[in-house]
Amino acid sequence: MDTRSPDNDFRPTARWEILRMRAELLEEFRQFFKERGFLEVETPLLSQDTVVDRHLDPFWVCDVERPEEIRPSTPRYFLQTSPEFGMKRLLAAGGPGAIYQITRAFRRGEKGPLHNPEFTIVEWYRVGDNYQSGMELLADLAERILKGGRPSICTYSDVFRDAVGIYPLEASGSQLQGVARFLGIAWPESLAVDDRDGWLDLLWSECVQPRLGHDRPVIVCDYPPSQAALAVVRADTPPVAERFELFFRGVELANGYHELRDPEELRRRIRATNAQRISDGKSPLPEESRLLRAMEHGLSPCVGVALGFDRVVMLRAGVRSLREVLAFPFDIA
Amino acid sequence: MATYNTSEFRKGLKVQLDGEPYLMIECTFVKPGKGQALYKCKLKNLIRNTVIDRTYKSGDTIEAADVEEIEAQFLYRQGDSFIFMDNNTYEQYELTKDQVDEAWKYLKEGMPCTMLLFNGRPISVTPPNHVVLRVEYCEPGVRGNTATNVTKPCQLETGAEIIVPAFVEIGDLIKIDTRTGEYIERVKE
Repeated sequence: MDTRSPDNDFRPTARWEILRMRAELLEEFRQFFKERGFLEVETPLLSQDTVVDRHLDPFWVCDVERPEEIRPSTPRYFLQTSPEFGMKRLLAAGGPGAIYQITRAFRRGEKGPLHNPEFTIVEWYRVGDNYQSGMELLADLAERILKGGRPSICTYSDVFRDAVGIYPLEASGSQLQGVARFLGIAWPESLAVDDRDGWLDLLWSECVQPRLGHDRPVIVCDYPPSQAALAVVRADTPPVAERFELFFRGVELANGYHELRDPEELRRRIRATNAQRISDGKSPLPEESRLLRAMEHGLSPCVGVALGFDRVVMLRAGVRSLREVLAFPFDIA
Repeated sequence: MATYNTSEFRKGLKVQLDGEPYLMIECTFVKPGKGQALYKCKLKNLIRNTVIDRTYKSGDTIEAADVEEIEAQFLYRQGDSFIFMDNNTYEQYELTKDQVDEAWKYLKEGMPCTMLLFNGRPISVTPPNHVVLRVEYCEPGVRGNTATNVTKPCQLETGAEIIVPAFVEIGDLIKIDTRTGEYIERVKE
């Protein structure tokens, strides 16, 4: 808790030593990608398109002087929750197949020791990568940057089972609720028994994630298909999403997809996600986008990964809150 | 009825659950990147001082509690009733011994206190952190022994018993920390 007086709140919450470390780490990331021939790109922070996700809420702005000038037809520009759409449009348009970006991303309502509504994201794509080689590239980066050894690779199903004793992919909502009850975990009264992903997320946040990556970093792969987001679903028995995440010392650092390329499948997912958003009491997000047009034109097979830069700084500095690595966190921004 | 939604959750929020007022003493935001956000809260019951854990997901709401803090002075005690007066409105409030809780030990006529009102009714009272009270009775002191590690019980003018160093005598004025119930020092008239 920050107890500084209002007349002192112009000062950064991060020590200068850590702000210097941020600058050095930015260099390290750029060096890593430069060595591998990636091109650094920039895409708009304000876009009429936005990622449609059940649990990501974008800020938006309109190009008007006063709020009362906003009509239903007034274009809305979303502050990007990640540069994903812009970067995939670049990929679909040809040119270099290996691109990366270090930019700001914005997510409404995310405030906590590991969350700031505005944060720095490192995102990269490489055409020609498959699921395995995409994970290897992330492992190379993690080994170099985190200095905690080479990440091991485990499946979502295995780490979940190891932590709470139940295989998650085919467990029903009420079975997962039974596990939460057995483990004595407090859950939101509003969490419906049939909200399977809600129960998976609850057990994941409370019991699984905190245990991950304490010996060395770990890449968790093969997510439940209901959490595929923009990843390809592999038709195994049971099917799994070709999505992977990097964890170190219990902190989630990166999320990658073997990218979905089928625009019709993406349209279906976006419609289903919007239906969920509406039933959650949230507003729907745009269903058509220039990304879909790019995918109709053709997106080559690729893997993309997004990484939370501020959290990497936090772990490298050995501190426990993003406040200690951000010059000006949201409440004093 | 006013409510708070999860985006307004923060330490210090006064909320109402099952008709009782609670103070949010902790609220931790956790969220898997693409998953459900959870708000893990610790809530203190303002009547019974018990602490409970509650978890909320984004979009949930809690009813706001109409809790007001006022400055009130203690007027007098009548059996198990304690009578206070709001310093601003001069309105009088009667609290039971249960509501006054540990504070009865330190209440002296005219003492300025902080009172918590829930829906306009008093639920608790807090005396100043430090109070000065007269020693009503204790065993005779040992002259010259100013060591504070030799202690004895004494009875205060309020009727409460506390532990004091052996040199304290009947009629002495002593300063007490009401948060710990501990003797601090002897004070001069």
